[in-house]
Amino acid sequence: MSKFGGSNNKKEVPAVTSSSLSDIVFMLLFFFMVTTQLRETENKVIVKLPEASEVAKLERKDLASYINIGTPTKTYQATYGTDARIQLNDSFKTTADIRDFIAAERDAMSEADRSFMTVDIRADEDVRMGIVSDVKQELRRCSALKIMYSARKPGK
Amino acid sequence: MGKKKTPAINSSSTADIAFLLLCYFLMTTTMGEHQGLQRRLPPIPDKDQNVQDQKVNRRNIIIVRINAADKLFAGNEALDVTFLKDRIKEFLTNPANDPNLPEKEMKEIEGFGQYPVSKGVISLQNDRGTSYHAYIAVQNELVKAVNELRDDFARQNFGKKFAALTEEQQEITKKAIPQNISEAEPKDVTKK
Repeated sequence: MSKFGGSNNKKEVPAVTSSSLSDIVFMLLFFFMVTTQLRETENKVIVKLPEASEVAKLERKDLASYINIGTPTKTYQATYGTDARIQLNDSFKTTADIRDFIAAERDAMSEADRSFMTVDIRADEDVRMGIVSDVKQELRRCSALKIMYSARKPGK
Repeated sequence: MGKKKTPAINSSSTADIAFLLLCYFLMTTTMGEHQGLQRRLPPIPDKDQNVQDQKVNRRNIIIVRINAADKLFAGNEALDVTFLKDRIKEFLTNPANDPNLPEKEMKEIEGFGQYPVSKGVISLQNDRGTSYHAYIAVQNELVKAVNELRDDFARQNFGKKFAALTEEQQEITKKAIPQNISEAEPKDVTKK
């Protein structure tokens, strides 16, 4: 076993070790696991968020309740038409149902977190302000005053 | 050669397992959608409180209105969205102490000292027919104006951008340049 060849010339080229491959993949995996949030509800309305450059991140995702506003997706257009609708959780609702929705969301939170509840308004960029105003008025009546207009960064 | 030839555990399949998991997360993921413009709605006013609210001085208020055709008016003049930011900055800073622009009030800010805080309020009004797209564009410009003023303030006093400040310094900056955007009561929905 001489180090410098000499007598033993028939050394084979060692195979590339693939053991670090799994480490690389695991790193990717962890990245996605950390950045991911699972889709909880099925979207029944089409929401294409408007663009805004000054968006801020929501610090506590778990304290957010979502109100989706937009036109129903293809499968629901036969029953619900193409007018903008409100989706709460998994079904189409009207502004009158927001009160119950907010109350239910409040109940699901711990006492300390309730004052930090944020209502995330995810409205399609083509909806009219009329329906958004209605939602806002209803939220004021329920004193859910912290809101966020969802938007995306331009150029994405 | 030595006689130690313990066979290593074949680890080539861990990559496959990890790939499977990776694919799963790739499919189910929705990334970075939790951002937007945060706002605080005004509480529903009591009946007797109403009168008091109206007393805000005329010069301290700028009415930004978007009509049903998505046309923008600031004050009473038509304006393009791109110019709104500068208009708002001028309104909030009032550099020449113009009597038609908002007054400033010396306020004691904890940990900083006296600073003339503008009393300006931006009142945002919209029509029911305004598109959400235009509304957010205007909101964005308003936030941008305030953010730039805060950046200026931070650079002057702390030598850094607002985002790079410590939490205390950010609080001070926020107090010095408040974000007073009021979203007006929609006129046709006021009756319950």
